[in-house]
Amino acid sequence: MDFEPSDEPVALKILIAGGFGVGKTTLVGAISEIRPLRTEEVLSDRGIGIDDTDGVEGKTTTTVAMDFGRITIREGLVVYLFGTPGQERFWFMWDELSYGALGAVVLADTRRLTDCFPSIDYFEQRGTPFIVAVNCFDDADQYDIEEVRSALDLDPDVPVLMCDVRRRASAKTVLITLVEHSLRVLTASQA
Amino acid sequence: MTRWMDEEAGPVVRPYALIGGRTRSSGDALDLVAMVTATGGAASGGFVPGPEQERILTLVTTATSVADVASELDLPLGVVRVLLGDLQDHGLISIGRASASERILKEVINGLRAL
Repeated sequence: MDFEPSDEPVALKILIAGGFGVGKTTLVGAISEIRPLRTEEVLSDRGIGIDDTDGVEGKTTTTVAMDFGRITIREGLVVYLFGTPGQERFWFMWDELSYGALGAVVLADTRRLTDCFPSIDYFEQRGTPFIVAVNCFDDADQYDIEEVRSALDLDPDVPVLMCDVRRRASAKTVLITLVEHSLRVLTASQA
Repeated sequence: MTRWMDEEAGPVVRPYALIGGRTRSSGDALDLVAMVTATGGAASGGFVPGPEQERILTLVTTATSVADVASELDLPLGVVRVLLGDLQDHGLISIGRASASERILKEVINGLRAL
């Protein structure tokens, strides 16, 4: 089969980050086909000495389950959505997940805004393009976008928007906002 | 060959037995969204693919991402990377990682709008 380089199959990776329970899985489910994935977690010190690792010294991991989302744009062009694990013990997976990522959506909950600080710090340091999407929970006080931006001390070029991740149209807007932002970052880096 | 699985008891063969207890291979650095495609060529060095590798080869006759291969085979990602590393070392698959161009991103934006 002869393909022009432009027809090479392309898969893009988008990360969905934010604190535990902020709606990452809901967002992925609202807009994409969910697929299960088994991956490995580094065994804690507690497991060493209990798990018999004699002869398999290389085995320092145990299996954990995660989901990812898949959106087929057309044949040969697929967007994957990976939720970054919320708990601290899964931090080791962030580097792997964010390698080569197109960008990240940081989901925020105004009742617990500090929960998304680690994600914002991480993507700022790595230079991964990201946006902040404030998931509007029914019982949360409503803030305007500038209040959230200033509370998070974001660069002026980082897009911030309100969303309701249960709604497909809203989830779509979130992803489009991110890809448009990534496109601006890419264009600026080439200028 | 069907899966060596029993839903109640779990896998009959432990995942790491499928790869001879190894946890390192040339497939280690494979990105989750790297695309895997069967070359359709003959294996080099007298390599004979195992049952799971045969399943992979069937799956990747059309380009498939590493994450989708792991999901489809229901095997841990680390195991799949080792299996893919062997297949790559023996010339049975090629692995590509196309980067996002301006044109592709515009296509994604339009595609998302049309969802």
